Amino acid sequence: MQLIKDKQIVDDNWQDLADDAELAAGDISVSLSRWQTEKAQLLAHEGQLGIRISPADSVADFAADLDKIALVELDFPDFADGRLFSHAWLLRSRYGFQGEIRATGHYMPDQVFYLARVGVNAFKPATAEQLPVQLGYLQDFTVTYQDSVN
Amino acid sequence: MYQYNEIDQTLVNERVAQFRRQTEKYLQGELTDDQFRALRLRNGLYIQTHAPMLRVAIPYGLLSSAQVRKFAHIARTYDKNYCHFTTRQNVQYNWPKLEQVPDILAELATVQMHAIQTSGNCMRNTTSDHLAGVAVDELEDPRPYCEIIRQWTTLHPEFDYLPRKFKIAFSGSLSDRAATQFHDIGVHLVKNDAGETGFRILVGGGLGRTPIIGQVIRPFLERQHLLSYLEAILRIYNLFGRRDNKYKARIKILVKETGLDTFSEMVEAEWQQIKDGMELSDARIEAIKGHFTLPDYDQTAAADETFNQAIQENPAFATWYKHNTVSHKVPGYRAVFLSLKAPEVPPGDMTDAQLDAVADLADRYSFGELRTTHRQNLVFSDVKQADLLALWQHLQTLNLATPNIGTATDIICCPGLDFCSLANAGSIGITKEINDVLDDMDYLHDIGDVKINISGCMNGCAHQSVGHIGILGVDKKGTEWYQLTLGGSSENEAAIGERLGPAVAKTEVTQAVTTILSVYVQQRLEDETFLDMVKRVGIDPFKEQVYATH
Repeated sequence: MQLIKDKQIVDDNWQDLADDAELAAGDISVSLSRWQTEKAQLLAHEGQLGIRISPADSVADFAADLDKIALVELDFPDFADGRLFSHAWLLRSRYGFQGEIRATGHYMPDQVFYLARVGVNAFKPATAEQLPVQLGYLQDFTVTYQDSVN
Repeated sequence: MYQYNEIDQTLVNERVAQFRRQTEKYLQGELTDDQFRALRLRNGLYIQTHAPMLRVAIPYGLLSSAQVRKFAHIARTYDKNYCHFTTRQNVQYNWPKLEQVPDILAELATVQMHAIQTSGNCMRNTTSDHLAGVAVDELEDPRPYCEIIRQWTTLHPEFDYLPRKFKIAFSGSLSDRAATQFHDIGVHLVKNDAGETGFRILVGGGLGRTPIIGQVIRPFLERQHLLSYLEAILRIYNLFGRRDNKYKARIKILVKETGLDTFSEMVEAEWQQIKDGMELSDARIEAIKGHFTLPDYDQTAAADETFNQAIQENPAFATWYKHNTVSHKVPGYRAVFLSLKAPEVPPGDMTDAQLDAVADLADRYSFGELRTTHRQNLVFSDVKQADLLALWQHLQTLNLATPNIGTATDIICCPGLDFCSLANAGSIGITKEINDVLDDMDYLHDIGDVKINISGCMNGCAHQSVGHIGILGVDKKGTEWYQLTLGGSSENEAAIGERLGPAVAKTEVTQAVTTILSVYVQQRLEDETFLDMVKRVGIDPFKEQVYATH
């Protein structure tokens, strides 16, 4: 499967690990609750680590661990829940996270421009056909009124 | 007024292109109803009982004559020859065709207008005082700050999917004419002891199902921190506002449940981390102020003597002058209200012909600008006293000179069951009935300042809970009933109306209103207004009479 990263369509080398799945080799992302309960084992794992967050999670809860991870996934249960937009902004602006911030789940293609402006630099659409579409939508506006973090 | 630069124009044009694409994708089945709903709402487009409804933003209620002519053109070309001015200074079209909405938005963009964020769970158009810049009690013109807020709120990437809608109102005067205490954020321009401009910030006010008066969260905010403080409030709201129940999702509920002290601490902590990076420079403020320079007033305007003569000779003109004009900062000028509350006309509606004529009159008599009011009338803000007679005569022929501003027939009324899919009961019909029984102008003027607000459902678009007399339509087993409240106010002495008693049947509403007014006329003290009397005697004397026959 491919995704959009830094305005390019690239291969996705990450595995989303379910909470009850065995640790797998390679780059893996886990839920915030799994991160909090299995941090020691995860850190011993070979490969990069990512944390998957939901709108109700708090960025402050794992801010101290940001130097240990390479990816934060914003997992949209519903495109209307705007909390993840603030989470992305906080990760980039407040905590200076330099790794990948990826939108997954049920975000809307039409939201990618705003998501990019709050610091999301990777998008994982539901289908491969969406890749060029969302890449295009990143160019919806050439001007903005507010400062952005992208 | 503010003129778009290349950035403003490009942004609006690109928004039109984006919405055109979204509409096409929806019509081709590539966007779901839910997805398109969120996108169209953020472009002002509702689906109503009969057809889509398009709400166009009028930033802080300020319009040019060219924009009004465009409204007329749109009404003629895409709608049924009329439009409707709302309680938040915007304008609505009730009959556009979905597939034509991108074209309408493109037309609006040619006159520096748009429908961005006029609905949906996002930051809405900032409203203000319709007398901004000319009011005698004004500390400083609020419009430059409103424009700064307009730009900041427009397409804000972080705050476009809030728990619920979010409305800001701004006042620069001692008298609050913008209902700031009933907004998610109210901003009052104030001066500190050193004479420096700053802002008193209120938070958590609102109407609708749970009317709450906003509370002061910061008594004096230095002006350079305006946007950082708003951003801090919005971030806390976006992160912590309730999303589990749409009726508890407004910021007023978050403030109430969290408590003002705790909420203030959360905002303060957030603000401290962003304030230094977001300061408004004096240069930026001055640049925006440069768009709101004073018109070229005639310094000899007060020397005119024809006006006094006309007042002496023409009682009808004198009556209109007394009720539909107010004083102005500059001697010899008045601000003139155009009443959109003529009997037989749904409150706030205007035809294309009226719009075109009003645009011409604005060019001729008021420097080509006009304003919308939150009580759904229009204002020519800068009319020379020597021109008042001629203007009045023109307005009479247009049916825009009913001398009823601030009286019991200057009713705020929502579209109600006739147009709105949310409504439980009709409201326009009730307004007409009240107009019919209050057709004696002398009686109407004797009653004086009575604000009647009528909403067709508890969403309260017509702000019934802050009407001096509030009327709320409710559905009882398929029939229309009406709940009355007394003593509400959205002005300085903000108050939520008290329930008079059980709801009354549709056929009894007008009788109830006339009974309330009779009780007032019989029991008022000398020079006592309706609202003052309700405060003095409470609702019991009214209640006794209204329910006497039951």
